[in-house]
Amino acid sequence: MSTATSELAAVGTGRPSAVAMVEAAESRRRWLVLGLRILVGVGFLAVWQYASGRWIDALLISSPEAVGLRLWRWTLDGTLWNNLSVTLEATALGFGIGCLFGFGLGLLFGRFQLLAEVFDPYITAFYSIPKIALAPLFIVWFGIGIESKVAVSAAIVFFVIFLNTYSGVREVEPLYVHTTKIMGGGELAVLRYVIIPSAASWVITGLKVSVPYALVGTVVGEFMSSNSGIGYLIATASGLFNTASVFAGIIVLALVGACINSGLNAIETKVLRWRGPG
Amino acid sequence: MTGTGGISIQGVRKTYVGRGREVLALDRIDLEIQPGDFVAFVGPSGCGKSTLMSMIAGILPVTEGRILHHGRPVTGINREAGYMTQRDAVLPWRTVAQNVELPLLLHNVPRAERRDRVASMLDQVGLSAFGQAYPVELSGGMRKRVALAQLLAYGPDTLLMDEPFGALDAQLKLLMQEQLLRIWTERRQTVVFVTHDLAEAVTLARRVVVFTGRPGRIKAIEAIELPPERDVFRVRFLPEFEAAYTRLWDALAPEIRQGEAAEGRAA
Repeated sequence: MSTATSELAAVGTGRPSAVAMVEAAESRRRWLVLGLRILVGVGFLAVWQYASGRWIDALLISSPEAVGLRLWRWTLDGTLWNNLSVTLEATALGFGIGCLFGFGLGLLFGRFQLLAEVFDPYITAFYSIPKIALAPLFIVWFGIGIESKVAVSAAIVFFVIFLNTYSGVREVEPLYVHTTKIMGGGELAVLRYVIIPSAASWVITGLKVSVPYALVGTVVGEFMSSNSGIGYLIATASGLFNTASVFAGIIVLALVGACINSGLNAIETKVLRWRGPG
Repeated sequence: MTGTGGISIQGVRKTYVGRGREVLALDRIDLEIQPGDFVAFVGPSGCGKSTLMSMIAGILPVTEGRILHHGRPVTGINREAGYMTQRDAVLPWRTVAQNVELPLLLHNVPRAERRDRVASMLDQVGLSAFGQAYPVELSGGMRKRVALAQLLAYGPDTLLMDEPFGALDAQLKLLMQEQLLRIWTERRQTVVFVTHDLAEAVTLARRVVVFTGRPGRIKAIEAIELPPERDVFRVRFLPEFEAAYTRLWDALAPEIRQGEAAEGRAA
């Protein structure tokens, strides 16, 4: 019906409908933004390439060409995947373990106020430790293998997820809990149908924040002491003043972080559809 | 006693402790509500009518006295009643159909029966086309109808309604009242209905209970002599309506004025 109306309007006045005009303007705007974005990226690479060796010593900033070549070679000889897989595995494990404990304890503390009140000062104390400072200790405890990196990541992720889950559970609307109970729900049903979905938006925010942290934890662990991983590649390359490799490693980390983030955004949109647009 | 869903309120008192002193909210409330009765509570704001409702629902404990529902004292959350408030209690993360289904899930109704009952309830409240929508995508009136469908889906014999239509505009309110009255005529649940709208109370209820200002006491109980099958749009033009409304207003008005004066002094 709406199409018919707008067509009628267009026929009546002899000009394109208002809807079509607004849509065309929006589409032009999108292409403009995309085009300018590409221009900025290409421009940056061009300036970098030009400046390298002319304005600034190539030893310090390498060049896009050298970095690209290095990435290409790493891909061909397996260096990239061998090290990336180690970093990804440590990040994923640390993330998973941190989430599991953070979510579980967050739910528990959110439901049992006494527990939360008793442990509050200790949690605050632990929370204020920069978790990176624990990395040397974890290396002593777990060795230079993947376990120490997992531990650093998990320690960072744990607190973010724990605090978000806890706040989420505390924020649950009591009216929802009451009505669900009156409808016949027990504690378990309230947890499943009210508390967990209600806390989900907080938890997802926590997940989004903690993924980059998990990566940081792993990479810092690899900087300190390891024999593989992207952090290890970067650390050894910088020791040899091999800036092309350092940049290549950083770019790989940036790409990994961006991929994980867009994945989480997609999950968020799907899971939180009920919040409505905006 | 015939049927189920009777409520007996016996010598109920409710005090709050706040800012280091005890405040009396409700005093010596005695009320018998027969199964299948439709009782409205009216009174000035702060008279404790909602508090009494929360105590029947088991959300708040009584300080003294007791409340029997189905002949048993209410000691915790009352799982044998349906409860609907002014604020939306439909869960925003469940679709309309999932919300209506929730009480059936909680009562372990088999899947096929759940599907049928949800479909028929949505049909009854005119929301068949919105089963897959989320509450955020609906208007306030539609969300009320979801809450009503949910309440009726599992068929509690007692409905506790705390200003359920308070936030709706006048026309929508009439439509919801009509729907509620139709359902009540069919099923004859026991209904306790809190409202600040005297016309709404007279339109719907068979008995109207007037509360005094704080501390709330029962001031008057008025039986409404209108046919149980009423037309909510026209009932207000009947002489019986006018007579009941006038008597109730005469009981209520001094309480409201007194409340205002007290507030004026406090301010």
